[in-house]
Amino acid sequence: MVVAAPVETSAKTYDCREAYSRTLEEMAAQDKRVCAVVNDSVSSTKLKKFKELFPDRFVNVGIAEQNMVGVGAGLANGGMVPYVCGASCFLTARAMEQVKVDLGYSKWNVKLCGMSSGMAYGQLGATHHSIEDMAWTRIIPNLTVIVPADPLETEQVMRYSLRHDGPMFLRISRVPVPEVHDRGYQFTLGRAALMNDGDDVTIITNGILVARALQAAKLLEQRGIFARVLNMSSIKPLDYDAIIKAAKETRGIVTVEEALTAGGLGGAVAEVLALHHPAPMRMLGLPDVFAPTGSAEFLLDHFHLNADGMVNAALDLLGENK
Amino acid sequence: MKHLQQAANLTRIRAMSMTHHSQLGHTGGDLSSADVLTCLYLGGILAVDPARPHWEQRDRFIMSKGHCSGAFYATLAARGFFPVEQLKTFMDPLSMLNGHPDRNKLPGVEANTGPLGHGAPIAVGAALAAKMRGEHWRVFVLTGDGELQEGSNWEAAMTAHHYKLDNLTVIVDRNRIQQGDFTENTIQMDPLAPKWSSFGFAVREVDGHNHEELMQVFQSLPLEPGKPTCIIANTVKGKGVSFAENKPAWHHGVPTREQLFMAAEELGVEVPW
Repeated sequence: MVVAAPVETSAKTYDCREAYSRTLEEMAAQDKRVCAVVNDSVSSTKLKKFKELFPDRFVNVGIAEQNMVGVGAGLANGGMVPYVCGASCFLTARAMEQVKVDLGYSKWNVKLCGMSSGMAYGQLGATHHSIEDMAWTRIIPNLTVIVPADPLETEQVMRYSLRHDGPMFLRISRVPVPEVHDRGYQFTLGRAALMNDGDDVTIITNGILVARALQAAKLLEQRGIFARVLNMSSIKPLDYDAIIKAAKETRGIVTVEEALTAGGLGGAVAEVLALHHPAPMRMLGLPDVFAPTGSAEFLLDHFHLNADGMVNAALDLLGENK
Repeated sequence: MKHLQQAANLTRIRAMSMTHHSQLGHTGGDLSSADVLTCLYLGGILAVDPARPHWEQRDRFIMSKGHCSGAFYATLAARGFFPVEQLKTFMDPLSMLNGHPDRNKLPGVEANTGPLGHGAPIAVGAALAAKMRGEHWRVFVLTGDGELQEGSNWEAAMTAHHYKLDNLTVIVDRNRIQQGDFTENTIQMDPLAPKWSSFGFAVREVDGHNHEELMQVFQSLPLEPGKPTCIIANTVKGKGVSFAENKPAWHHGVPTREQLFMAAEELGVEVPW
């Protein structure tokens, strides 16, 4: 576990795709192995400028995700470091066998960037929501899975990905988020970031929900309840130590994710607790349902993935929700 | 060419011995693809170096029909990527010779294959990498004909044409039989050559068992500058072994010891183990 940031979040919000594309451009300028592969998703992956700057290292395979992931594997075979970018709902689901065989099993040095993940495409409906990707990708052996929380962490995760020799899945949202990390923050693979300390209850989350968890911690503090907040950006490898420590030092754990809880962050944390230190748990996320239509913000509220929802889950866990 | 024929038949009997040993395998496709594999690896077509399997400038060969690992492994061993003796461990517990190829275990394997329709996209990526880097290696991929029912092949074909990958050659082992039946009884593949040419490939149909024809076409690549190549190798499933030829049951038929000796006699080689 690394100790991170102040509780204060920035007032301004950011689209993490900007940090991702800007960093990819910088990395490509410095390293000739970096290339990008897209599925007709130039604008939604924010790679228009990359395409202009590096036309010879930009491949658009069209609407063909299975091929796209295989092409990524072949580029890696040829010594390139491909960033295979597309909407997470299609990138993962349509190419799942390629992700398993061509990336996980084969260990090719390919970085999958699942954009607009979770319920970011809210109104477009369940076909475009990517609530399964966390579960699908984290069970593939050899595949590293990371969900950055803000622009700084996105940039750091991108830079880390180029140093990491092996396949990775980066889950990147388009829902605007405030900065939650200060400038001194350093992403470390396999280490949760301690965002707020507390001994009463632990909230474990990642991605766009970290800022909301920090709001929940403030609300709980007003009730005299001190919540530990962990940014579990590294889904695989998972920070077992931080989870077990939280189970020992606090009275229970609330996991919060913009995904199905089955197999996702909730499932992952539950596996650790069941094997190492059983503790009371609540899981916020999507139960066994597809989300209805509605804006991303609406859907987050609908599934209680907001500060109030986290407060209620914490109080319920502590037996104080009367 | 005579030495290539002998080598191909040796590959055939080795593959059959492996299948007999493991009691699993894909005899029919091993036998149909043996001549193509032999010409590529032992006819001097592929620039590969068994002493440096990861040599950066090597030509890439991707065995997309990964279930025909018997013929593929026997060919790699004959080319010197690992000792021929090792073929005896085919599908044994913890063997490097998986039922389907694993690049992280076995030298000379470029891609992990088995599920169909994976090889062509990977080959396209490797060919694109050569273009991006200004390198001159070539990429070959061998697919089954039934395998072409997987849509990913056609996604890859569109990409290869769009990016003018004349350093890419797709070889189709057109033996006309897939696991359950003849291809044309399952999903009609014909006319196959016009499909590839309409996808922008320079196409040549050859007798996939005629070494002179195979060597001639391999030596004249690319068939057209600026275009990827498709070679449709018309073959016979179970080629060279009368009781297996053109019989769907031999897609993954396993020879008995007696059948192994019958095959060896027909092929003019000895049972290796």
